[in-house]
Formats: sequence, C-alpha cells, structure tokens
Amino acid sequence: MTGSIVERPAVAVVGGGPAGLTAAANLAGRVDGEVLVLDRETAAGGIPRHSDHTGYGIRDKRSVMRGPDYARRLVREAVDAGALLRTSAMVTGWSADGALEVTSPDGRYTVNADAVVLATGARERPRTARLIPGDRPHGVLTTGQLQNLVHLHHRDVGKKAVVVGAELVSWSAVVTLRETGCSTALMVTHHDSPESYAAFNLAGRFALRTPIATSTRVTRIIGKGVLEGVEIEDLGTRRRRVVECDTVVFTGDWIPDHELARSAGLDMDPATRGPRVDTALRTSKPGVFAVGNLLHPVDTADIAALDGRHVAQQVVAYLDGARPAHTGVSITAAAPFRWVAPHVLRPGDPPPPRGRMLLWTDELIRTPRVSVQQDGQTIVARRMPWPASPGRVFRIPSSMLDDVDRRGGTVTIGVQ
Amino acid sequence: MTNAYVTAASHPVRVHDVAVIGGGIVGAAIARELAGYDLSVAIVEARDDVGDGTSKANTAILHTGFDAKPGTLESALVHRGYHLMSDYAEVTGIPVEHTGALLVAWTDEERDALPGLRDKAVKNGYDRCEIVDADEVYRQVPDLGEGALGGLTVPDESIICTWTASLAVASEAVQRGCELLRGHRVTGISPHDDGTLLHTSAGDVQARWVVNAAGLGCDYIDQMFGHDRFTVTPRRGELFVFDKLARPLVPKIVLPVPSARGKGVLVSPTIYGNVMLGPTAEDMTDRSATGTSEAGFEFLLGKGRQLFPRLLDEEVTASYAGLRAAIDHGDYLIEVDSAQRYLLVGGIRSTGLTSSLAVGEHVRDLLGRSGLALSPRDDLPPAPRMPNLGEAFRRPYADAELIAEDPAYGKIVCFCERVTAGEIRDAYASTIPPTSVEGLRRRTRVMNGRCQGFFCGAEVAALVEGAGRSDEQSTRQQVAQQQVAR
Repeated sequence: MTGSIVERPAVAVVGGGPAGLTAAANLAGRVDGEVLVLDRETAAGGIPRHSDHTGYGIRDKRSVMRGPDYARRLVREAVDAGALLRTSAMVTGWSADGALEVTSPDGRYTVNADAVVLATGARERPRTARLIPGDRPHGVLTTGQLQNLVHLHHRDVGKKAVVVGAELVSWSAVVTLRETGCSTALMVTHHDSPESYAAFNLAGRFALRTPIATSTRVTRIIGKGVLEGVEIEDLGTRRRRVVECDTVVFTGDWIPDHELARSAGLDMDPATRGPRVDTALRTSKPGVFAVGNLLHPVDTADIAALDGRHVAQQVVAYLDGARPAHTGVSITAAAPFRWVAPHVLRPGDPPPPRGRMLLWTDELIRTPRVSVQQDGQTIVARRMPWPASPGRVFRIPSSMLDDVDRRGGTVTIGVQ
Repeated sequence: MTNAYVTAASHPVRVHDVAVIGGGIVGAAIARELAGYDLSVAIVEARDDVGDGTSKANTAILHTGFDAKPGTLESALVHRGYHLMSDYAEVTGIPVEHTGALLVAWTDEERDALPGLRDKAVKNGYDRCEIVDADEVYRQVPDLGEGALGGLTVPDESIICTWTASLAVASEAVQRGCELLRGHRVTGISPHDDGTLLHTSAGDVQARWVVNAAGLGCDYIDQMFGHDRFTVTPRRGELFVFDKLARPLVPKIVLPVPSARGKGVLVSPTIYGNVMLGPTAEDMTDRSATGTSEAGFEFLLGKGRQLFPRLLDEEVTASYAGLRAAIDHGDYLIEVDSAQRYLLVGGIRSTGLTSSLAVGEHVRDLLGRSGLALSPRDDLPPAPRMPNLGEAFRRPYADAELIAEDPAYGKIVCFCERVTAGEIRDAYASTIPPTSVEGLRRRTRVMNGRCQGFFCGAEVAALVEGAGRSDEQSTRQQVAQQQVAR
C-alpha cells in the first residue's frame, strides 16, 4: 500500500499537457479548494514541449507560436491562476477507495480529490504494435521519441530516414530530422493520397524535397544492431523493394494513454479506445472527467486545450452538486468514419466543446454529405464544404444533433 | 587455488582450472557450482552480456518436467532443477509466480491423449496432474476460445523471470571469484601441456578443463575438439507479448497437447504482468536469424484468435524471435572426454532454464569422477539478492519507505514499466553491469513497455551514456565529451 500521506484537493488533474493545464487554469480560483496538476514528466507542457515548430495556440490563444513557447505559456497561466503543479509525479493507479496513488521523488502518496480530470493524452503506436516484422536494430523511432531526443536531449539521429505516415505529425518529424542533418529519403503512406493539408504537402515536396510513396506499406525492418533499411510494398502491384536508411520514424497511428481510465473501470469506447464521455466530458464514473487526446486521438493541441476550458465549467457544476438527469443516447460512427467523440448525448447537457462533434475517417471524401440517423430515420443530412481526410480529425457542427431525441435510440453519424 | 600467470605464445595468460564456454544460464550455473570449490573458473562468453543468447528469449516457464521423456537425463535434471531453482529463486529474489498450467484438448484425439500424459507425468516424478472436463477448463480460464473438450492441470508449472535468473546465477559465480570474460568469442583451440588454449576474439584463455556450454554454437566448439557427434539446428520461435491490460484474460499458462513437432503454441502470463503468445517452431540454418517474419505473425494471430479471441483487442507490446538449440538427439548430451579434459553440455533445449542448477551439479559430479579435485570452500559469499522485476511483488516505485529513504526510487523514468532512476543506477553499480540499452532493459524492464520509447527513450539513452547517473550535469558532460571525440 501507499504511505500514510493523503492529500485532499478539490480537483486533481492527471496530465499536464494542453488539455490538463487549460482545465487547471480555468478551475483554479473557481472551486473551493486546491486544484492539483500531476504530471509524470520532469517538466509540464506535454507534447508541445518538444515540438519545436510553429502552429500552436491558434484557436485557444488567438496567436501563433512555437510548441515550447506554447507549453511554457500554458504552464504559466495555470500557475498564475493558482493551480498547484507537480512534475515527476506519476499517478500509478487507484486505491481501493478510488483515490489516486502517486509516486514522485517527494514520496509515495495518495490524492483523494472531489473531482478528477483525466488528461493523459495519446501516444503513437510503435513498430511492435503495428506488427511490422523483421530485425530489431537501433534507429527505429516514433515521432515522440525522435523529438524528445533532438529537442530535449540535443542528440543526433542518423543521416538518412524513412518516415512512415504522411500526416501533420509526419511532416513535423521530417522537419525535426532535417534540423539534425538527417534527410528523409522517403515518406510512406498506405493511403492513396497523403493525409495532411494540401498546402503542407506542396511545401513538403518543394521546400523539404521529400518524395512520398502512396499506397505503400512497410513490410520488414532490416539490420542487425544497426538499421540498414526497410522493405516496402506497393499495395497495388504487390511489388517489394528495400529502401536503404539508418533511421525509420513511425508517425501518427495514435492510441490514447488509457491505462488509468481502464484501471478505473470506466466505460471505454472501442473505436477511440478512450473513455466514453458525454458532451459535458463526464466519464461513466461520477466525478471523473476526461479531456484532450485521451478522447480523440489525435486532434491539435489547441482543440485539446479547449476541451480543458469546456470541462472546467462542468467540474464546477459537479462540485456544486449538479448531476446528469438521464443516461441519454449513444452516438456511434458508421463507415467510413472510424470513431466519433463525444459518445453520449443527454437531456439538458451543454453542446460539446466548441460546438463540434469530432470524427475520424479512413477514406478521403472531398465534400462529404454527412447524415445523422436515429432509430432508422435520417434526422439530418448536410454536405460539408470541407473534406474528410484520413490522418486528421473531421469536425461537424453539433447543431446537426439538435433534433435528436435525447431519450430515444442510438444515433449514428455516417456519410450518404 | 591456482591463479598463476604464465607466458604462452608471448601473451600473458591466466591458467584456469576450468573454462566454461558460454555465459547463458547453463554455463553460468556450471561456473557458479564449480566456483563453490577451490578452483579457478572462467566464463568465456562470445557476446557482450550474460544470458544474451537462447537464455533471454525463451518462454520463461519453470517446468515441473511433467511432459519430459521418462528415464532420460533431461527428465531427471528438470525434476531436480525445478526444486533447486524454486529454492534459489526464493533466496535470491528471482520472481516466480506459481500460476499453474492447463493443457487444453481441442479434439477427441487430444482428449484421448490426456490419460497417457498424466501417466507420463507420474513416471517423471510428478503426480499432481488431474484430468478435468470442459466446464472446469472454462471455470479456470473463462476467456478461453470456444471448443475446448477437456484438459489436464499441471498445478506447479510456474512463470519465472528468465533474465533475472541468468543474471543471478552469473552474478553469484562472479562473486565467488569466477572470472567473467565477455566479448570473448572462441575461434579455435589448441592443446597445451596442461590443458587447452582457447583462442578467442579478445585473446587467449588457458584452462586445464574446458566445459562446452555454448548453446547454439556448441557443435562448432565440439568439432574444434575433434568430435562429430551432432548438429545444432537453430529452431526459431517467434513470440508476441501483449499489453498488460490483457493479463486478466490469462490467469494461468495455457498449453496445447504436445505433438511430434514440439510443445506447440502456448499462451502464458508473464512475470512482468503481460501475456505471451507463442512460440512458432521453424527450423533455420542461420544461427543469427532472430528476426521475426510475416508468416510467423500471421500464424500467431490465427492461433491467438482461436485461443483467446479477446486477446487480439489488446495492443502488441513486443514481438521477438528466439532460437532454440535443437539437436538431432532425443536427450541432453552431457559427456566427458577425459583424454582432452573436455566436457560437452549439448542439446539443452527450453527446459534448460529449469534444469540449469541441476546441470551444474551433474557436471560437477562428472568432472569429479574424471579427476578434477573438488575441495569445497568454506568462505563463500552469501547468495546475491536481485532487484525485483516481478509485477506481482512490490517494486520500488510502490515502496513508500524505500522512496522516503532514497528519492531516486520515486523518480519514474520509464512510465509504462514504472522503472525508477534508482533501479537504473543500481544496475550500473551491480556485479555485472549492462553494456548496452538491451542489457539495461533485461536488468530493469526499462523501455520494455507499451510505448517502446515514445516517452522515455531519449531519457534512457542519456542515462545509458551517463552509466545510470541521472543528473543533468553528468549527461551534459558525457554528450560534450562525445562531441569532442567526434
């Protein structure tokens, strides 16, 4: 068991990335008691800390800044608001009575909060989880590990890389590689068009001069001790060839860091693999909320941050005694959508953060006609002026759910 | 003790009483046993670490020996070794979980084979197997796939940390004065007045007696001594390790009914709190073919789907391939060549983890009978106490008192496996420190988790360079020195 030290903050926020810090900044001072942020890293800020490129803060801060600057600003705002921030403090599990068990150099202790906000984020699937066979040499990375190595530990990687994936984070990897003097020989995506914004691809092709192999997958890692190359397969012709490289970066293919959510016994959404939440971002366990890319793996940092702003109001209401009135209806995604978030719509609940439902598509649809169905009836169908594109979140106005019967059957969001 | 230094072929060479070729668990166990007598012993290991060949990538099961071939040396040594290793684990802190095993019959033919297996177990000295019906199978393993017809329980089959076991035995050998020569690949031998001169990739080693426990390479070494007794066929076994969240699905080791091809694919909890599925069995020619394959993956996924349908909903944390040193001989092959003062320990298959300590005793007796003077030492150090890597037992991150005494145990470096800076520091200060990230992984579990380095990879790399020192200063100095060196 843990030591005898028990802390009793009003709110414990697990994870000090954009979502958790923003939640804390918006909760501190508004609740009767302490707002404690627990972050297992040596510095708070989450993934933007080591994403040393611009593009952060657009929707939440109304300005554009680099990742590390954005991370520092979020930390400062949370602390200035009065939140208590602890780093190198990892929540390792839940005690029998539902408190958080924490390990840190300051000791092993228990946090028994009136409300908990889970903001544990997401990680990229490594090569093993993607079931890529072959040798096990050094030089096989994820973007997270690459950027940690380069930006936080100031280390070099190899000279010639293959980047697996062609979404936003993949370009972020290419930029990081280039900064260390490593050229990207090839980007590989199994999609038949690159996933990320067209503008970025243009920039990528011409400014970064990176060739992209579409409809291609990696079939083998080659090299004893040191990486020598990867075997790739053209999904159309089934032809295979070996691309020489000393570094391979597996990008994207996100999975929520959902261990704490699962060990709490929360209802999980099999599609996002994160906890099921309603539009107030309540999980199935009273007093436990979830925000950020734990719920939608992954959207941009500013969207995660705005979840934090949204949840603050809901946590305040919960601490004031408000409870949802009804179990509500489930919202599910139909192909080509892989997932939707949030997952539950209850009578009397607010719209989701930013008034948007978030979806993930497995296929590119340039102007999708999105339909909302309930009990076999199409409630609304509307053509979106923006594409549903693999590798990034597709957003629809939550007002499309306005005519849903919140006491009726399951709601399905699909494409007509 | 005979620790004289003599000059041979212009190199100063230390003459050992016994040189054991191979620092896997079997070689280490032999060296440890002999180092308990007044003998100078060396372990001559080709790789940069102990336990780095077949010992590191087996199924990590402590076998009762219920399914061995009765009457064989293997049967006797596994039976004895099970008890020796269980006791040794208790003393040294090698984590063991007595999960028990269940052999599951999926066809009438397999079900009909169960009584024979139970009788065989009795002949192997193990009488606790019971035949159970399908209801009992599903009661014991509720998440098992459909279609089981019955089973045979093996209540004492256990899971063990194979890495800690190898390291504990080798560490004790070294603490008893045994010289550990890592990175010494034997390239040839020549007879010498008083024994054998081993030519290695890092210089010559001279010994009066040579024990060949070279695992996958033991037929090559045997040939150097002029024998032509057997050939090692490396048999590749690919394995999947599933996420810890899968562990509740698999409360015990689930075995298939063995066939002529081997023990087949099993599903087992691991001592680290994961679930293991495998191994495949594929005869290879290349003794370094530890890569995984598409065919192997497909086969394992098919098996997994059948055995535990819900298992495949969980993430695969690791996939790896191990090579078993299969030989064309139905038993362990342990033979003395007194004329050359040479002893072969061959054909030690996956049961070697269990039998290792008994093999050590057996080799000691054979050498004693062949004229090696065995005079027990009365000044042996106590057995080492190993760091706990077992998920079922208290680990430093969860130990409030330990953290209060030393905050380094409260600094979690590897989040997925909850490995602390204190444990990494300890690994570098241990009897046999790691020489690579892989060695550190086997000593601490660092980076073995679900993120495979997404979060901690860079931090661990810095710690490896700083040899376990976590303070920024030393890391920066190391990096600076490296940059100067470049």
